[in-house]
Amino acid sequence: MSILEIILFTLGKVLVLLTLILLSVSYLVYFERRISAWIQNRLGPNRVGWQGVLQPFADIFKLLLKEDIVPDKANKKIHTLAPIIALFVAFSTYAVIPFGPTVTLFGYSVPLVVADINIGILYVLALSSIGVYAMTLAGWSSGSKYSLLGGIRSSAQMISYEVSMGFSVGGVLLLSQSLRPTEIVLAQSGWMWNAFIQPIGFITFLVASFAETNRLPFDLPEAEPELVGGFHTEYSSMKFAGFFLAEYANMIIASALIVTLYLGGWQLPLIDTFGLPSGIVITLQILGFVLKMGMLLFFFIWIRWTLPRFRYDQLMSLGWKVMFPLSLINLIWVAVLIMVFNI
Amino acid sequence: MLTQYIPIFIVLSIAIIFAVVTVSASKIFGPQRPNKEKLSTYESGMKPVGTTRERMSIKYYLVAMLFIIFDIEVVFVYPWAVNFKSMYAEQGISVFFSMLVFLIVLELGYLYVYKKGGFKWD
Repeated sequence: MSILEIILFTLGKVLVLLTLILLSVSYLVYFERRISAWIQNRLGPNRVGWQGVLQPFADIFKLLLKEDIVPDKANKKIHTLAPIIALFVAFSTYAVIPFGPTVTLFGYSVPLVVADINIGILYVLALSSIGVYAMTLAGWSSGSKYSLLGGIRSSAQMISYEVSMGFSVGGVLLLSQSLRPTEIVLAQSGWMWNAFIQPIGFITFLVASFAETNRLPFDLPEAEPELVGGFHTEYSSMKFAGFFLAEYANMIIASALIVTLYLGGWQLPLIDTFGLPSGIVITLQILGFVLKMGMLLFFFIWIRWTLPRFRYDQLMSLGWKVMFPLSLINLIWVAVLIMVFNI
Repeated sequence: MLTQYIPIFIVLSIAIIFAVVTVSASKIFGPQRPNKEKLSTYESGMKPVGTTRERMSIKYYLVAMLFIIFDIEVVFVYPWAVNFKSMYAEQGISVFFSMLVFLIVLELGYLYVYKKGGFKWD
């Protein structure tokens, strides 16, 4: 493919994916509110449109028409920069996640991933580390005590869990022999899902991604009873919406990443044995990817409305004293598996 | 093969444009009627007391240092993990033990930090 064709195909994929992610973020918020209402025996938003399906748009327009308040104690430049970093990270990580196999479109073979790069996993880890800056800077620059405590807490929490996240990914790399997400998916064909081969690594990665996305039971940075809004106490209008969108986009990215690394990505076991035409197989595979993601997202929401919050010292102890040794054991476990069973 | 990085630059630039437009949107559409009370720092309705530019507990810095040590350990593990299968086929079990020795040395450091109370938050 020439460079122009690469740019055109990329623009097409980016526009489609960005629209889909924005839509799913808005509806994830809606579904979270409905599911939480269902869990707590309430009704939830059901006024705007049929069963409240237009609620996300009403929320966005409301936030758009609100006044943008920057407190006079705040450092104005960094106060504006922080939500930009949060949004930038949340809406660029999806680039390396494969959502389907390579398809043939208009005579070109197009991989269903925006950027098929050989350092995909490093790209994801690097960007998620930048995400820490958004919260730390937001907390520091607001000039409010609640924000400062929330920001410091979130940075300590995220870097603690990043270590065990990194080690869990090491177990995946042992089997895939590549940092390229498409090859990681291909290494899990059939029932060779990493979640079955290395369950410890799957669990540590899952817990670490809960902590990285600041979801309950790890939402200490914005624990309402003690820190008001945490690092985004002093944010209003679209800057607040930026953090909100970024949180939910990060949830979607995290579940897509878990599916890619541990649940076989877009692969469905036994799909080739039915003799279906290739178009239907590819559609089913993409749907399977979306379904796996949806189940994980439901799990995220379910956990949030079921479990209480950790105490801060429990959270850090879990990160350093439990998750870190477990992810190391997982790494050695996978290496031993390879040597003994030659998988 | 630098062409495979072209999509990354496109994605990154679109993400920056999207972020800047989103954040600046309410400057354009929202009202601008600031007053002194509105711009004061939120402190549960009371007059703000003191400053936020104060000293933080040393424990947070300790966490940052531990993170750097152990995250660099992760960086050393990745190249080994990617090459483990092919190197094991060539060189046998020594590939495993060389990494085990590296990990054990670092875990001795981990145990030292543990004993010194580096993982105590109370």
